[in-house]
Amino acid sequence: MLTILKNRFEQGYRTCNYPKEKPAVFPRYRGKPVIQKTVDPEMVKACADACPQDAIVVDKMKIDMGRCIFCGTCERLSKGEFVTFTGDFEISTANKADLLTDGDLPSLAQHAKQHFKKLFGRSLQLRQVSAAGCNACEADLNVLATPFFDLARFGINFVASPRHADAIVVTGPVSRNMKTALLQTYEAVPEPRVVIAVGSCTLTGGPFSHSAEVAKGLDTILPVDLFIPGCPPHPLTNLHGLLAFFKA
Amino acid sequence: MTQFTTIPCGGRVQRADIPHLSFDTFRTQALDIVKNGGKVVHFFAYEDQGTMKLMAVLRTHELLAAGCDAPETYACLTKACEPFHLFEREMAEQYGIRPEGHPWLKMVRYHKNIRSKPDVFNNDYTEDIPGNYDYYQVKGDEIHEVAVGPVHAGVIEPGHFRFNCIGERVLHLEIQLGYQHRGVESLLLTAKSKQLPMLAENIAGDTTIGHGLCMAQAVEALASVQVDEGAKIIRTIALELERLANHIGDLGALCMDVAFLAPANYFGRIRGDFLNLSLLLCGNRFGKGLVRPGGVRFTLDDKIRKTLDERIKELKPQVEHVLELIFSASTVRARFEGCGSVRAEDADHLGLVGPAGRASGLAYDARRCFATEHYPHLLIPENAKTTGDVYARARVRYDEVRQSIEIIQFLIGKSVDTQPVEDGIQALQALAPSSFAVTLNEGWRGEVSHAVLTDDAGNLLRYKVKDPSFHNWNGLAMALRDTGISDFPLNNKSFNLSYCGFDL
Repeated sequence: MLTILKNRFEQGYRTCNYPKEKPAVFPRYRGKPVIQKTVDPEMVKACADACPQDAIVVDKMKIDMGRCIFCGTCERLSKGEFVTFTGDFEISTANKADLLTDGDLPSLAQHAKQHFKKLFGRSLQLRQVSAAGCNACEADLNVLATPFFDLARFGINFVASPRHADAIVVTGPVSRNMKTALLQTYEAVPEPRVVIAVGSCTLTGGPFSHSAEVAKGLDTILPVDLFIPGCPPHPLTNLHGLLAFFKA
Repeated sequence: MTQFTTIPCGGRVQRADIPHLSFDTFRTQALDIVKNGGKVVHFFAYEDQGTMKLMAVLRTHELLAAGCDAPETYACLTKACEPFHLFEREMAEQYGIRPEGHPWLKMVRYHKNIRSKPDVFNNDYTEDIPGNYDYYQVKGDEIHEVAVGPVHAGVIEPGHFRFNCIGERVLHLEIQLGYQHRGVESLLLTAKSKQLPMLAENIAGDTTIGHGLCMAQAVEALASVQVDEGAKIIRTIALELERLANHIGDLGALCMDVAFLAPANYFGRIRGDFLNLSLLLCGNRFGKGLVRPGGVRFTLDDKIRKTLDERIKELKPQVEHVLELIFSASTVRARFEGCGSVRAEDADHLGLVGPAGRASGLAYDARRCFATEHYPHLLIPENAKTTGDVYARARVRYDEVRQSIEIIQFLIGKSVDTQPVEDGIQALQALAPSSFAVTLNEGWRGEVSHAVLTDDAGNLLRYKVKDPSFHNWNGLAMALRDTGISDFPLNNKSFNLSYCGFDL
């Protein structure tokens, strides 16, 4: 008993104050990409060629956050003259087109579907479906339940049955072998239902987009309401996405 | 050359130097080696200039390899020697080569074979769901079946579990996977060189460093690239951070499953703190983007080193106190002890690796037996336990958590002088033609291994990936024999195997 109490005392209070304050993230973290349009076009081309995900659209001078895995190759290659990855983790969007960005993102809270806020703003139950995810996106969704993020304090929970859920949170590039199970889970959620896509694989097929075994984005199968980019998205990116979309 | 020959771990071998045996000799010798205690690291098929060939890499105290021409059908090895079981099924699925007399010839991942041969499993692949799967059934008046998955209750990967029970007692558990299949091995073959590291890291995101290292070492061997000692130290730190985060997460989850919520929450949070240390190193919580052929992309400068050191110093006593809390609780011991035992003999037959193997008395640890990176300079103790139950699997993690913290603290103190690998289309240096390389690393789940073959132009001819889960899923099935079905979650957590690493 004494050990339990001693441990409890040592652990203290660990929950972050987000969204009131933004927790500090280590400097090497790569969040929202911001593009300098004044750069030499040759450099843009060199970055596009080096990008393992072919996420840079040269003529538009933009970067597709749906494809991007935030590896930072373009930032290092251009020494920050073309792309810099900022520490800003608030990068989710409600429209897929907005993922193609030069760093200027629309406010998620304002362009999110407003009727969802009324319906789910005070209580939101999520059913997670891993559809060929590599377990990184799954892990960083799972941590939302730990004391630091404490998702439940916002009235948001992951539930065991789609029948109890308001939304499905999908991770992974949707393998052929998981497609039916995913669709059946979706069907089992009562309407109106929300579809949230988490991670580069789910948004566009990610690193696996050249495989015939996966879909080229969840939106080719289901209507997606919220797009959360990253490989995997930082837990704070997930948290921001959920709070801004449903509550703000 | 008429017999299996020794090959270096993580070194380049000319394919011409690997003995090409007759199938019968190949079969006899492979069986002999494994029956005498050898283990199967790889056993796969590949196509070379229109001819199908087989290759086996076996492990005793060294690595042994040999190849042969592949017959279209052959007398299976599994019947004589169990460790070949899944490898033969995989080969049948990938290439349509039929192992006659295989006692458990079922599909592995549910996909067409790549040679357009008649399907060994009579599957119709226009159907979306992995159907037509012949589950093992126990028959009898009181027998009932429980089907779980592919979509599970938690935030976890998909797979199907089929229990045959009498009352609460599980007589047999069959685990059917393949839902996560993304075609990784085919993708690796066609990938541009700039995509290769990224793909390797995404084979299993929780084993990013393990698979990333295997890929990098294979490319380095084939391209004759030297890695400096500084980069090796950073890679070693990264692999130990990965082990720490996952082991701590597992111990927390085990507590959750026995309803000891306080340490479950502490370790849930502390796991995140260790993931953040990977982010500190390279900007990604899972270490994605750190390891590249030739070294690492991020150095350990003094500022990062200082923060890393401070954080570890702060976390170490917390970790130790929570460990003490868990392992001194009688309620925890009551649930862990004697639950889901896998006997040493069974573990040996199944070829279990990593903590699951060590918990059943198989001391093998690739960090000690086939040391790469900075491990030749480190002392990795034997963590073998003999009880083979959930307690032993937790206890191995207990030991390894404490050891990994010590290893990291020791390595932080070393000077690390390395040039980060440059970005851009520098080439993945050209690979040597007609060569072969096998790399092994001890990921947190056990032996991760990649085997890479190049053709006479230096292009990738075959890229074979093996996650430790490929060996260990049957260990979980074995642990459930005669165990209460309500103890399944606890046992499952104590193995915590990879679905995507298995499904590829």
